[in-house]
Amino acid sequence: MAMKLHEYQAKQVFADAGIPTPASQLASDVDGAVAAAEEIGYPVAIKAQVQVGGRGKAGGIKLVDDEEEAREAADEILGMDLKGYHVGSVLVEEAVDFTNELYVGITMDRGEGKPVAMVSTKGGVDIEQVAEDDPDAIAREHIDPAFGMHPYQARKAVYDAGVDQAIARDVSSVLTTLYQLWDDRDGADAEINPLMVTADDEVIAADAVMNIDEDALFRQPELAEMEAEAASTGDELEQKADEYGFDYVRLDGNVGIIGNGAGLVMTTLDLVDHYGGEPANFLDVGGGAKAERIANALDMVFSDDNVDSVVFNIFGGITRGDEVAKGINEALEQFDEIPKPVVVRLAGTNWEEGMEILNEDLVTVEQTLESAVQRAVEYAGEVNDQ
Amino acid sequence: MSVLVDEDTRVVVQGITGGEGKFHAEQMMEYGTNVVAGAVPGKGGQEAAGVPVYDTVHEAVEEENADTSVIFVPPAFAGDAVFESLDSDLDLAVAITEGIPTQDMARVNKRLSETDTRLIGPNCPGLITPGEAKLGILPGNIFSEGNVGLVSRSGTLTYQVVDSLTNRGIGQTTAIGIGGDPIIGTDFVDALELFEDDPETEAIVMCGEIGGEDEEEAAAFIDDYVDTPVAGFIAGRTAPPGKRMGHAGAIVSGSGTGTAESKINALNDAGVPVGDTPEEVADHIEGFLG
Repeated sequence: MAMKLHEYQAKQVFADAGIPTPASQLASDVDGAVAAAEEIGYPVAIKAQVQVGGRGKAGGIKLVDDEEEAREAADEILGMDLKGYHVGSVLVEEAVDFTNELYVGITMDRGEGKPVAMVSTKGGVDIEQVAEDDPDAIAREHIDPAFGMHPYQARKAVYDAGVDQAIARDVSSVLTTLYQLWDDRDGADAEINPLMVTADDEVIAADAVMNIDEDALFRQPELAEMEAEAASTGDELEQKADEYGFDYVRLDGNVGIIGNGAGLVMTTLDLVDHYGGEPANFLDVGGGAKAERIANALDMVFSDDNVDSVVFNIFGGITRGDEVAKGINEALEQFDEIPKPVVVRLAGTNWEEGMEILNEDLVTVEQTLESAVQRAVEYAGEVNDQ
Repeated sequence: MSVLVDEDTRVVVQGITGGEGKFHAEQMMEYGTNVVAGAVPGKGGQEAAGVPVYDTVHEAVEEENADTSVIFVPPAFAGDAVFESLDSDLDLAVAITEGIPTQDMARVNKRLSETDTRLIGPNCPGLITPGEAKLGILPGNIFSEGNVGLVSRSGTLTYQVVDSLTNRGIGQTTAIGIGGDPIIGTDFVDALELFEDDPETEAIVMCGEIGGEDEEEAAAFIDDYVDTPVAGFIAGRTAPPGKRMGHAGAIVSGSGTGTAESKINALNDAGVPVGDTPEEVADHIEGFLG
C-alpha cells in the first residue's frame, strides 16, 4: 500500500533534490494565507492540501490577484469538505506563467515487475484519461532495477514523447532526479503533473505527487514522520484501525465484517452482497490474532454507527479458534445488552475448542460461511424494518 | 503424484530460530516434511527444531543437501534472504514473509530471471502435497490426498475452498499459495502449466482476486494450452476503486484495471466457470470429476 504525501510535502522533497518548484508557503488559517500571498507576490494559487485527485474541479484550487481575493479564497477553501476530506491547510504558491504543460512520472509496472518512467507532452490533465484515450501520447521506458535508469533512457523517453529540443535536456534532468528520488525513497509513484514550461524555456514542477511504499517506511524515517502529519485528515474509523494495526476499509453498508486473511475477508464481503446485504467494512485481523486483538476488532466495528449486524468469519491456519472465542466472549461480556447482533463462524485450527468456549447466549453460531453471512444479512434487514 | 514438493524434498528453513520459523519448522516436520537444516546468520552450530543450524544457506546446501528453502525472515531482511536462496543453487525457495518492500522484490524479480531456482511468494502460505509434505504455514489437517490441483493468491481463501472440497471427499494433488503481493515469483500461468503437465491432476481450482492482470493472463493461457478442466473464484467483487483490500496487490486502480468483472469475463471467455461462492467452485469441480 502506498502512503501518500501531501503536495507541500512532496514539493519539499522534490525541491530538496534540486527539481525547480514555484515559491510557496503552507498556511492553516486565513491570515496566514494572506500573509504568505503578500510575501510571495500576486498572482498566487491557493491550493487545498488533501490527498484526492481533481482538487481543481472540486473547488479546492483558486487563482487570486489581490489581498481581497486571497482572503475570500482562503476562507472558502480552509475547512471545506473536499470529496470527504476536511481541508486543514492550504499551499499558497506563486502562479507560474506557462506556455506548455508536460507530464513526467515513475511508477512500478507490476505486470513487468519493473519500474517504468513515463513522459508526455499532454500534461495538466488526468494522465489516466490520456492513457486510455491516447496511449501513444505517453512515452514509456522500463528500467532495470538492478542498474537504475541509464542516462540514455531518460533522453529516449523525453525524445520519444516529442518534447521540444530546447527543453529536452532540462526535462531529462528532472526525470533522472525523479527516478533517483523514487529509488532512494522507496517510491510507489512519483509524478509531476504538470511540469510547466515557461516562455523562457524553463521547466518548473507545478504539482507534485509522491507516494511511498508503506512496507518500506521502516527505512525512511523522515517520510514516516511526514506520514504521521499527512494521516491526520483521513476517516476517523480508518485512523482508529491504524492504531489497532488492522487492515480496514470503511464502506457504505450496514453489515459489519471481521475475518482473517485478505482474500477470505473480501470473499465474505462479496457473499454479503450476493445474499442481498451491504457490507459496512473490510476488516482483516491478520494471522495468529490473540483474544485482545479479536476484542479490538469487535470494538472497531461496533463504533461504526452504520453497522446493524456483524459477521465474524475465521478460518484458522495460524489463528486459533479458542483464542478467537475467548476474544469474542471478553468483548461481549462487558455489555449489559449486546449492541448489535453478532454471527460467528469458526473453522480450521482448534475450532471445536473455540465452539466450546464461545458463549452462545451472546452470539449466533453458524457452521458454514454461507449460512453465517445469510444470517447476518437477515439480522441487518430486521433492524432496518423496525 | 504432485508438483514441486514431495516426501523427498530436503528443506532448509531460513529464520528457524525465530518464533514463527521454529514453530512452523516443527509443524512441517510433524506433517512429514523432510526439514534437514536451518540457516540463521550468527547462529551456526546451534540446533533448532531438532535440526542443525548453519550461518549461511550455502553451508546448509553443502552439508545437508538441502534443495528447497522456506523463508521466515522479517520483512526488512527478507529480500536479502531470498537473494541468498537464489544464489545457493536450490530448486525451490518459498517466501512466507509479508511486507517485503516492493523495490526489494523488483530486484529479486530481476535475479529470478537469471537463475533456475523457482520462487513461491512472498506473502504466501506456501504449498502442500497432502499426505507427503508441506512447505509453509498451511494447516495440514484440512487437506486430503486426491486429484485436484489448487492455486490461489490468498491463504485463508485457499483453506475455505479446500475445506469445501475435502468435505465432499475430493482430495488434492498439490495446493499452491502464490501470494498477495504485486510482485511475486511463481504466478498463475506457471502453476497452471505445472498442473497441466501433472498426470495425476484431473481438475484445477484457481482462486484469484482484484488487482493486476495475472488472472487475465492466466485466462489467455488456459484458452491456448490447458486441457485439464479449471474452475475459478475471484474475490473482491464489491471492492471500491482505489482502496487496498488487505493484500498489497489487491487494489482496483483509479483507471478501472484489476476489477473482478474483467477477470471473471476473461475466465468465462476461456471456458472457465467462476463460482459466486466457494461452495459453487466445489460444485463445478465435482461436476468435472463426474
